Amino acid sequence: MATWQLEREARDARVQAGSAVAKGKIVEARDATRLLEAIVRPGDRVCLEGDNQKQADLLSAALLSVDVAKVNNLHMVQSGVVLPEHLDVFERGVAKKLDFAYSGPQSARIATMLFGGKIELGAVHTYLELFARYFIDLTPNVALVAAVSADRDGNLYTGPNTEDTPTVVEATAFKDGVVVAQVNQIVDKVPRVDIPADRVHFIVEADKRFFVEPLFTRDPAAITEGQILTAMLAIKGIYGPYGVQRLNHGIGFSTAAIELLLPTYGEKLGLKGKVATHFALNPHPALIPAIESGWVKQIHSFGSEVGMENYIRARSDIYFTGADGSLRSNRAYCQTAGLYACDMFIGSTLQIDLQGNSSTVTTSRIAGFGGAPNMGADARGRRHPSEPWLKAGQEADPDGHVLLRRGRKLVVQIGETFGDKNVPLFVEKLDALELAEKLNLDLAPVMIYGDDVTHIVTEEGIANLLLCRSSDEREQAIRGIAGYTDVGRGRDLGQVQRLRERGVIRRPEDLGINPLDADRSILAARSIKDIVHWSGGLYEPPSKFRNW
Amino acid sequence: MEDFSLRHDARQPAGGARKMAIVGVVASGNLEVLVERVVPERECLVEIRTTAEGFGAVWNAVVADFVDRYSPGGLKFSINDGGARPDTVSLRLAQAVRLMEVEQ
Amino acid sequence: MSTTSMQAAIAPAALTSWYEASARTRVRLLLDPESFMEFVGPEKREVSPHLKVFDLPEQFDDGILVGHGSLGGSSVLIAAQEGSFMGGAFGEVHGAKLTGLLRAARDIGSMPVLILFDTGGVRLQEANAGELAIAEIMRAVIEARSAGAKVIGLIGGRAGCYGGGGLIAGCCSALAVSEQGRIAVSGPEVIETNRGVEEFDSRDRALVWRTMGGKHRRLLGAADAFVDDTIQAFRDAALVLLEQVGGFELSTLTNEQVRLEARLRDFGSCADAVDIWTAEGVADAGAVPALPVNQFIAVADHVRRISHDTR
Repeated sequence: MATWQLEREARDARVQAGSAVAKGKIVEARDATRLLEAIVRPGDRVCLEGDNQKQADLLSAALLSVDVAKVNNLHMVQSGVVLPEHLDVFERGVAKKLDFAYSGPQSARIATMLFGGKIELGAVHTYLELFARYFIDLTPNVALVAAVSADRDGNLYTGPNTEDTPTVVEATAFKDGVVVAQVNQIVDKVPRVDIPADRVHFIVEADKRFFVEPLFTRDPAAITEGQILTAMLAIKGIYGPYGVQRLNHGIGFSTAAIELLLPTYGEKLGLKGKVATHFALNPHPALIPAIESGWVKQIHSFGSEVGMENYIRARSDIYFTGADGSLRSNRAYCQTAGLYACDMFIGSTLQIDLQGNSSTVTTSRIAGFGGAPNMGADARGRRHPSEPWLKAGQEADPDGHVLLRRGRKLVVQIGETFGDKNVPLFVEKLDALELAEKLNLDLAPVMIYGDDVTHIVTEEGIANLLLCRSSDEREQAIRGIAGYTDVGRGRDLGQVQRLRERGVIRRPEDLGINPLDADRSILAARSIKDIVHWSGGLYEPPSKFRNW
Repeated sequence: MEDFSLRHDARQPAGGARKMAIVGVVASGNLEVLVERVVPERECLVEIRTTAEGFGAVWNAVVADFVDRYSPGGLKFSINDGGARPDTVSLRLAQAVRLMEVEQ
Repeated sequence: MSTTSMQAAIAPAALTSWYEASARTRVRLLLDPESFMEFVGPEKREVSPHLKVFDLPEQFDDGILVGHGSLGGSSVLIAAQEGSFMGGAFGEVHGAKLTGLLRAARDIGSMPVLILFDTGGVRLQEANAGELAIAEIMRAVIEARSAGAKVIGLIGGRAGCYGGGGLIAGCCSALAVSEQGRIAVSGPEVIETNRGVEEFDSRDRALVWRTMGGKHRRLLGAADAFVDDTIQAFRDAALVLLEQVGGFELSTLTNEQVRLEARLRDFGSCADAVDIWTAEGVADAGAVPALPVNQFIAVADHVRRISHDTR
């Protein structure tokens, strides 16, 4: 007779083995490694919760210390490769294969280990793509997650950084996997239940709080005149004309400048209430002045941000909060929101080629994709209309049938022609291509494909790629705003002039913007302290951002 | 450090009557521009002293565009550059011309 | 808060951050409009004779402007350091320009001097000349004051007021400082390097500010006025201090000695600035760093009135 419940039986056996080191569900921190040796089998798919911000650091260290004779050749399936331990497990032979989405601080080391054959790479994903695969072919056998607190039954409170946890637990617990949570403390009653107890098998009380990185704090003091100019161009040349209300912002300084110009420059343009009202966005401190000035109606967040806890709690009209009052973030839902319910993504990148393909990969760094490709891509499955979406669709295909023509999401790349250390933003060939050739990848790691990009904004102007009718026009439109980079100096002057007459390229003066007005005095906040004042003292920035 | 000077013909004399102005500071990624009304009014002279070596072609392009756009005849620009980006150079040159037009 | 560019055009001094402004902008907006006349201006190209040797870029004014202007209708001499050029550091020419200005003040005898400090101390590349300049400037400050000139220091720039700048500031008739202004001789990194991270963690920014920042200097009595970070606020403070500051007699110095001895006696055993503020009677000393400017000024005026018979 066929057996149809082998996985459930295996799961029960694992839980039983783990129970030997637990009291109920509770495991002492010092027994964490023994627990993992009991429940993890060689070759398992393991999700070691490394999110964009929140890290299950105690469980990472515990996994790194296992006896390699008992636990080895694991297949790690996690969105963030952030802590050194996430790669140390490969050095030790605990793990062998990796599928991930984002590797920020470990991007150089991950490249070295891939080149050295220390890691067998499955694929680099976007967040949403990896989450999707959790439910199809990358379902974890064991999930090691992080939460703020748990009660003795195992109900988890994640705090504001819920991030990936519900998705990881959903995929694991409902497909006969084992879920282990590290928590900062065990309490009698959790402030709210983010993960119900029957999805959690073991709880480890950590001796220190899990690590969270303040990734979304941009000090207004570091915003330059060039970034302010690009921000003014974007507001007047894109936000206004398209009437973009629903959007996502990247984390660069140009978008921080936009956030800080809304209550000043945007107000002067009469755009309040007409643009930038609904966001899929982490709680950026730089958006506080716009929120306090009544610009923003609603924000849904992927994760949280260190120091924003009290502000969010006091502004529940704006943010999604739980019954306890604190932020409820959720990466999977917010990514979906960004993909389907936003009319614009605007963010910066490291390299853009002549067709508008962009990448943050350099030959020595593999930073992964995170969420940008989902934000920065036209959703082909979208069916609801909106004004900016229809207008962009009309610009791309003016002759198409009005009722059959797809709209287009606005995908805007914003940056200065020369970035850090005077490295040009525009290149003939992406480093990502070179990397793909060196590593024999089937696919170059392109962050946003050129055919999804609708606008590129630099200090020299805006290129509207929706209006380009050939790849040659596209190339000249891009060269025409590439400033004094080699790409920019290689422009065909006559063709660029004609593109400008057609409005494909728009210079600051075409928009009535004097570059000499791009001054820091027009920022609503020029320092972190200014943001604290705007928040009425509710925002509490981490020490490294203080100068008082 | 690298020194060079670029001389251009100008379509017309620069506006204003001010004799001298200075903008910017010498810092990493920044520059100062001292502008003086001391050359014949159909000429423009730009003297550059920069920490970033080997960017002569870019300077040529930036200055040529600047002269074409603002026609700063009669002005001599003396630049101390701490490795500023071309767009910053363009901005400072434009600021310098604007200052020369301000009544004093 | 409603700082906008539109308003900036109307009242620039009130809306321009001192911390962010260049030395030239500070001078232009601090003085009465269009009254500044520069001595040895940038067109003279009196640049450092030393930087070339190190293949470093020069600045036409060597990082300081000196000159004459009017403040509230009265003549003043003024010097302003550019903190963005080599950290506002004193070199040979830079120092000579300030020494010359102060000697002019001594010779005139009645015209006050404003020094807009923004400096990390002596320029390493011309250290001997810079150290000599510091000594000359300190002497020149005292001579100018002895001759009847008031010397007011204004501090709130990016580079702070460190090293020899801290020593010169200590010789002035009075100082106005903003929260961003830091006054000390040894900087945070120098202390950490010499005495260890246990003594002073230079990366703990809150510690740096509460130990060297404007609020602490005001509460200690080392700065006479605490002002908001706008050029207008510094202008107002300069006008008030010029009114209030007394003459320079032997009694001034003996009173200052008494004040400093009392400070050492009262606070010498405190381990942290917060302990000092508590000892001074600040009700909630821990909250001082977060206090907005107006509330802080009220607290400071309550616990420590400034007497102008010292310095």
